[in-house]
Amino acid sequence: MKIAFKLAYRNLVGAGLRTWLNVIVLSFSFVVIIWMKGIITGWDYQAKTDMKNWEIGEGQFWHKNYDPYDPFTLTESHGKIPEEFRKEVQSGKMLAILICQGSIYPNGRIQSILIKGIDPKQTLLQLPTKKLDTAVNAIPAIIGNSMARANKLKTGDFITMQWRDANGTFDASEIYIAGIFATNVPSVDMGQVWIPMEKLQSMMILPGEASIFTFSNSDISRVQPKDWVLKTKRDLTASIDKIIKAKTVGQSIFFAILLLMAMLTIFDTQVLSIFRRQKEIGTYVALGYTKQQVVWLFTTEGAMNSVLAALLAACYGIPFLAWQAKVGWTMPVNASEFGMAMSQTLYPVYSGALVVSTVLIVMLTTTVVSYWPSKKIAKMNPTEALRGKIQ
Amino acid sequence: MIKNIAITLFTAISTWVFSQPTADQILKKVDENMSSENRVFESAMTINGDRNSRTITSRTYAVGDKKSFTEYLSPAREQGTKMLKLENQLWIYSPSTDRTIQISGHMLRQSVMGSDLSYEDMMDDRKLTDIYNASITGNEEIEGRKVWLLELKAKVTDVAYASRKVWIDTERYIPVKEEFYAKSGQLLKRSTLSDVLKIQGRWFPTKIIFKDMLKQSDGTEFKITSVKFNQEIPEYIFTKAALKQ
Repeated sequence: MKIAFKLAYRNLVGAGLRTWLNVIVLSFSFVVIIWMKGIITGWDYQAKTDMKNWEIGEGQFWHKNYDPYDPFTLTESHGKIPEEFRKEVQSGKMLAILICQGSIYPNGRIQSILIKGIDPKQTLLQLPTKKLDTAVNAIPAIIGNSMARANKLKTGDFITMQWRDANGTFDASEIYIAGIFATNVPSVDMGQVWIPMEKLQSMMILPGEASIFTFSNSDISRVQPKDWVLKTKRDLTASIDKIIKAKTVGQSIFFAILLLMAMLTIFDTQVLSIFRRQKEIGTYVALGYTKQQVVWLFTTEGAMNSVLAALLAACYGIPFLAWQAKVGWTMPVNASEFGMAMSQTLYPVYSGALVVSTVLIVMLTTTVVSYWPSKKIAKMNPTEALRGKIQ
Repeated sequence: MIKNIAITLFTAISTWVFSQPTADQILKKVDENMSSENRVFESAMTINGDRNSRTITSRTYAVGDKKSFTEYLSPAREQGTKMLKLENQLWIYSPSTDRTIQISGHMLRQSVMGSDLSYEDMMDDRKLTDIYNASITGNEEIEGRKVWLLELKAKVTDVAYASRKVWIDTERYIPVKEEFYAKSGQLLKRSTLSDVLKIQGRWFPTKIIFKDMLKQSDGTEFKITSVKFNQEIPEYIFTKAALKQ
């Protein structure tokens, strides 16, 4: 066994450039796979963290009629703040939000929006709602970056907002853009205007009513009030999981192609070795090696490519991956247009499991690919091999 | 002398007061003039946008204010599109997709073919006297014709516009201008009615310009090119099946 490793190592190093080309290609696969998987893991982490901080907290309660994908439900999806939640809402650990439909008229164009009422004093979400505490002769409002950009709005602007109250009567007023926030979560940004909760309740003639509740602690056991449905963090981030899953499948195809290219070079090298080293194979058998031992020797030689590749990958990959984790990868296209929680710069996150699994997969694949052409040795006639006759 | 002046003044005021109908009477007469048992009309709707204008022609069959069926005739892109309104329900058939969809909820707030009219503007078919308290607040002159200015304040809660102003021709009993206000008092929409013709014994405005006052546009012109009152309209027209025919 020890001799097999020694011989394999000596043969590999002796092959010179051919070996190093294989090792470089394979090491590239190591680094790219770990980096790309790290980006996806980092995106998953960032998206969920941003959603938690900006939108969903540790979970939500939705009014039974509320469906964010069906605006038809909005006129019916609100109810009185349940008695069971009142204490938590008052302590600031639960946030009531009222959601209604409306329109704004930036530069004389009509734009449908969601008007969201929120407590200006809240600290549960990162929305800069303190800016809503502005004394101005209009309704103070905050909007997201994308919304501001799409409608050419800036802080200090006044625009007309129109809505219909609970009875269906039109009303309109000026709103004052008290602040514009930058967020990676489009579901609190695109087509949305945030105004003080009490103001929206009085505008809509819906005093003390809300559409959703966001809470900061999921460990408390709460009684689920009638008409309100619990949405756990897992439920609310399920869309992210689905996207990540879809992306992972897509990535796997890319990894497979990358590995296939690397394995093709190893396979070719193995075929060439067996073809050119027939006398050597015959000599091993003449010296007393069984055919299986020779197969093992050649397989070890091939598999050792991946060990050398792992070492080389570690040499330049660790600094590269560490640098990437620090500065991140900035996407060349505008991430806010993707319509999902995604920051412009993604920071890869590497876990031990990710590195170990990648190394194991590459090593195992290399071993299998090395063994495959080596099987031919078992069928060789040693005498013919010693003569160097092509078999 | 003073007694004579007082008597003359009293007589003049009484004559003026009693000769002028009340706001409700005016609205009732307007309703009688503007509504009919049924009508068939062809119209051209010109939507004036920022960069260009386009005209859509259509034929409408209407029974009272509750039922109407509209078929768009041109341009080619809109040709064959049909709209059916029954009470408070509205369906649209699109020939390009061969599908009928019901317009409800927030979709009612969208504009009709990009005009200044929303679907829900077409949906409220209650009589003005049923939903507003009206009062005469002035006498004015518009384009050489004497008009009453009526202010309408909502008397029911489920009304789209909290108040309206209507200018009504004192002789012909037709509105010549109407303004729609939000609860806050902000002017939201304005319609101007003109080209009044006497058709089958009644005065009828054949041109209406709608303007969404919050939007930057020159408004939408609605021109009735032909209208016939009290026609025989087959009942099957007001069915969903007729949309696909």
